[in-house]
Amino acid sequence: MTAVPMTAVPAAHGTSVPVPYRVVARWEETPDTATLRIEPVGEPLPPFAPGQFAMVWAFGRGEIPLSVSAIPTTGGLAHTVRSVGAVSEGLYAAEVGQVIGLRGPYGTGWELEKAVGQDLVVVAGGIGLAPLRPLIRDAVADPGTYGRLNVLVGARTPADLMAKIETRQWRTAYTGVTVDRPDDRWKGQIGVVTKLLDRARFDPHNATAFVCGPEPMIRATARALVHGGLAPSSVRVSLERNMRCATGHCGHCQLGPVLLCRDGPVVGWDRAEPLLYTREL
Amino acid sequence: MTSTPAAGAPRTAVLDKDGLAALVAALVADGRTVVGPTVRDGAIVLAPIDSAEQLPYGWGVELEAGHYRLSHREDGAAFAHSAGPQSWKNFLHPQREKLWSADRAKDGELTVRAEPPEAVSYAFLGVRPCDLRAIAIQDRVLTGGHFRDTGYGERRRGAFLVAVECTAPGATCFCVSMGGGPGTDSGFDLALTEVIDGAGHRFLVRSGSEAGTALLDQLPCTAADRETRQAARTVVADAADAMGRAMPPVDLQRLMGGSLEAERWDDVAARCLTCGNCTMVCPTCFCTTTEEVTDLTGDHAERWQRWDSCFDLDFSHLHGGPVRSSGRSRYRQWLTHKLGTWHDQFDSSGCVGCGRCIVWCPVGIDITEEVTALKAEADTKGHAQHGTHEKEAER
Repeated sequence: MTAVPMTAVPAAHGTSVPVPYRVVARWEETPDTATLRIEPVGEPLPPFAPGQFAMVWAFGRGEIPLSVSAIPTTGGLAHTVRSVGAVSEGLYAAEVGQVIGLRGPYGTGWELEKAVGQDLVVVAGGIGLAPLRPLIRDAVADPGTYGRLNVLVGARTPADLMAKIETRQWRTAYTGVTVDRPDDRWKGQIGVVTKLLDRARFDPHNATAFVCGPEPMIRATARALVHGGLAPSSVRVSLERNMRCATGHCGHCQLGPVLLCRDGPVVGWDRAEPLLYTREL
Repeated sequence: MTSTPAAGAPRTAVLDKDGLAALVAALVADGRTVVGPTVRDGAIVLAPIDSAEQLPYGWGVELEAGHYRLSHREDGAAFAHSAGPQSWKNFLHPQREKLWSADRAKDGELTVRAEPPEAVSYAFLGVRPCDLRAIAIQDRVLTGGHFRDTGYGERRRGAFLVAVECTAPGATCFCVSMGGGPGTDSGFDLALTEVIDGAGHRFLVRSGSEAGTALLDQLPCTAADRETRQAARTVVADAADAMGRAMPPVDLQRLMGGSLEAERWDDVAARCLTCGNCTMVCPTCFCTTTEEVTDLTGDHAERWQRWDSCFDLDFSHLHGGPVRSSGRSRYRQWLTHKLGTWHDQFDSSGCVGCGRCIVWCPVGIDITEEVTALKAEADTKGHAQHGTHEKEAER
């Protein structure tokens, strides 16, 4: 482990300059996905809310937007990254002791606090569970404040399921896990995640849903929830687009009228539906 | 020149050509980088100047869709040309800008150094009213939100704007139909109106800020006589009547929002080369990307910001590939953003009617013609967009 203090010179370009965080723990979630537990080398960034994201920097490679996957009460943050490109590959391979850079917090959060007294339906596809994890932890830690907590997780294969042990440990009214393509050892549910909705325990007229995953999964889930009686505005979805600046200036994250770094990534389905049903918007 | 009623109060006066030369000299003496129109490479190009002699006296331009030619003018006018290939964003929001650099020491220590803002104090000479509005739009986009683009903000804050009212609109101009016009009353430090008639070649000059008045007070000017004022009003009014094009007088935001599935996009996509020229010349297009570059040691990295275009395939790249892979969707993104969703995002249109996108499109795609066609299609179909919604849902 190498100690690598990093100094950032605060200056006029403050919002574009990454702040140093050290990797203090790393574990593999799936064969191509790792979670990095990080702590600030110097001054921390302002506090993140579940659902918000940071621009995470790998030296010499660049930055990518990553939602926070844990906000430990002891300080620091966790980010879960899947190795799919040059930057995410670099972050995935980051070693304990290594310093990476962070900017943030950016964007909208899940706003769990607006669901006080309501049943909660959390639906995750693949590593879409990562941005939802801090929300689930908050709900589990504060059971009296909310109604019944449901956690529904789907993945392509058993190997693509992240946080498998933690998922079983959450005290919920219902936890369901399903895969599209089982292997020989899989004894759980098979099929798309929306199939689990029938087993979940919630009053559709007094519930808020939180959905994150690939876009087809978000569309199918949100439609099923609304079909089941939830108001579209009670279905909160986390969306993804290319992002370069995260400060509303680069134009990349446009989804019609929405700048996802500013007006998202978490938006209500009432707003998201027409945008996600316009091809190539 | 001490006839000012109060220090800093707006003034109107008249400058002759020597007075204009004195204006440029005063700005240069003030330590400013003066940028104005010059003739280069067969075009009117914005470039640093140190003397008014470099202005394009006697040059005009001939514009059409996909067509730009310089032409000689008998009257010797300096500002009788409409928008050129550049706009002021080339200076305020430059094509490339270093954001920060980082060094990795042998022991792995990293140091990140923010790039200090460029120490430049611009004076822009010859800002058209359409471009004044474009600057105001970029101000809102880049400095009006929760986060400020500090580099832009610094350059903008230090810039001295000398507007020149438009007296020679091109065949591709349509600022009047975008709610602007060839004249202006605000947003400048000084505003000139070029007048050439029997009484000579001169400029009616108005100050619009304390700094403008202070500079005007130093210049060899004469009182604004009634004839010059009247002549200036007339040339600007004539320019308003001489717009070569017009945007259809409809609610463009609504038309764009209702036209996402229009057939016209296929038509324009068959012509569009997705080259991105329109986004480069547009004075409000602001999109950028970032690049991280390292030197040969691999231990020095720099973060650069550069212009990007929504016509580039990589612009919308996600891990699965580009979101907008078809030319149809990319032209639609540009147009519906410019005229529609810009309102949602930044409370105004993103178009000022300068006509650059028409002129510099290599295949002559005309934004006013495309909107006219979209409107005609919407009128024909009524609100027939709803049906497609359900079909798309099944994909």
